[in-house]
Amino acid sequence: MKLKQSSVLPGFNLALGYSLLYLSLIVLLPLSALFAKTMGLDWSSFWAIVTEARVVATYKVTFGASLIAALINLFVGMLIAWVLVRYPFPGKRFIDALVDLPFALPTAVAGIALATLYAPNGLLGEPLDKLGIKVAFTPLGIVLALTFITLPFVVRTVQPVLEDMERELEEAASSLGATRWQIFSKVILPTIFPALLTGFTLAFARAIGEFGSVIFIAGNMPFKSEITPLMIISKLEQYDYMGATAIAVVMLLVSFALLLLINGLQWWMAKRLGRRK
Amino acid sequence: MLPLRKLTLAIALSSISALSLADTTLLNVSYDVMRDFYKDYNPAFAKHFEAKFKDKVTIQQSHGGSSKQARSVIDGLEADVVTMNMATDIDAIVEKGKQINAGWDKKFPNEAAPFSSLQVLIVRKGNPKGIKDWNDLTKAGVQVVVPNPKTSGNGRYTFLAAWGAALKQNGGNEAKAREFTQAIFNNVPVLDAGGRAATTTFMQRQIGDVLVTFENEAEMIAREFGRGNFEVIYPSASIDADLPVAVVDKVVDKKGSRKAAIEYLSFLWSEQGQEIAAQNYLRPRNAAVAAKYAKQFPNVKLFGVAEFGGLKAAQKKFFDDGAIYDQIAADIAKKK
Repeated sequence: MKLKQSSVLPGFNLALGYSLLYLSLIVLLPLSALFAKTMGLDWSSFWAIVTEARVVATYKVTFGASLIAALINLFVGMLIAWVLVRYPFPGKRFIDALVDLPFALPTAVAGIALATLYAPNGLLGEPLDKLGIKVAFTPLGIVLALTFITLPFVVRTVQPVLEDMERELEEAASSLGATRWQIFSKVILPTIFPALLTGFTLAFARAIGEFGSVIFIAGNMPFKSEITPLMIISKLEQYDYMGATAIAVVMLLVSFALLLLINGLQWWMAKRLGRRK
Repeated sequence: MLPLRKLTLAIALSSISALSLADTTLLNVSYDVMRDFYKDYNPAFAKHFEAKFKDKVTIQQSHGGSSKQARSVIDGLEADVVTMNMATDIDAIVEKGKQINAGWDKKFPNEAAPFSSLQVLIVRKGNPKGIKDWNDLTKAGVQVVVPNPKTSGNGRYTFLAAWGAALKQNGGNEAKAREFTQAIFNNVPVLDAGGRAATTTFMQRQIGDVLVTFENEAEMIAREFGRGNFEVIYPSASIDADLPVAVVDKVVDKKGSRKAAIEYLSFLWSEQGQEIAAQNYLRPRNAAVAAKYAKQFPNVKLFGVAEFGGLKAAQKKFFDDGAIYDQIAADIAKKK
């Protein structure tokens, strides 16, 4: 693609310039400040900080729980979007609005509410505790908080695609003798797959950075339920700014690599399905 | 310039300066648990200030975790005074931000700590597990709630209190002290990020058999949850937690608020200031006030942080990354 493209719409240069400036100011500049601060460390001490056993344990908790939460929402979110688009039922608008609530709520409030509900003396925690399932103050609690926080992403990305989907396609498939499963896997799924993947990516990325809600329900036990952002906070408590930014840089790089990977996958899928030139 | 204009300008300028004189504003950056104390102290101080200087003063408060608050000041929050729960937080402002001059702890009596608190054990009503002293916290089946020593001054004091008590019992044997402290932390089910969160876990979520926290936090719990719901156990020995204050030199010099800031902190040592402290269950320095409130402050054998060579040395030995607390945490995780 040529940078200078003739288009029916004028103003490409101006728009591109503005976009780059805006992104630089809001995203690139703060992030490069992060890298600049880490530059004070030499490579071996940087490596020692980010590969310390306790810190590595938190990567597993953070990325593992985020992945599980995003996977849960991949299925549950798709289901919710499907129900909201395809079936009329009383109170639909209300349910629809409810989906966005985790976005609007301060995450700390979500964390405290979940901890209260799932604590061993909580409304849901007590019966679960009797069944031998401990939710609050365990890694399960972290997954729960992250699932709650990231619920809207898949629903909101899949919903419009489902709405735009032509029912005639399904009817045509059906009249040609396709089974329900065939219709789902060959007609519906390929159409919504890019949207699903986008929703999954957003949910995953959001979960990795989550702090407020998790901190109240995790129990924060070393090697068990500590998340990486807590390591950053605990470095800051020691006024170890460089150590904190070193871990932050690792989070940033891993997150960005994952996002890039998933975006690449999405692009490849779209190309294979012949939707993009 | 025309004389008339000059005159108007002069009037305008003087009215601005008069306005700023009449309205001294101080920002006190403090930590969480001090909220209740300063709510009582600030109006009393404003009254005192007006009577003494015929001038009005407004106090603004900022509360949060002690170290977090210190970081805000380092990063440029314009505090006139800081009131913290650990001297290391003020030292950090001296070293990292340079807003406070070295030697701040000599500018007021008692190493600039107008009152102190100590770590006590809070147990459930009727003390069902029969907890009397630190030893009982090491027993199997006793759940101990403490804030995270990595993120909370309160948690660090708890660790030091347990360690120090063990040293006393074992004739200064460090290995024994370590074993003892590890046994206590082995009984910790939840490590909350701060003191208030630990209180919530213990009182609201009903987790654990004992909560270790500051004596003055126990009074907050009594006000919040009712006195009948728990008991305060005074261990045989505990740590004397000095709660230091300092004037932020760079800010007061810039704002011209030094006089008011010094007065604000000095008043903490006045009889009235000490009395308000005692009412909030902070142990006063003033002998007369201490005698008056003696009943609410049981005698406990106290040891200071000097036992550990000062807070700075203690931080390095116990709480820095890879130091004793981290090793203990790793040992516990390995064994579980």
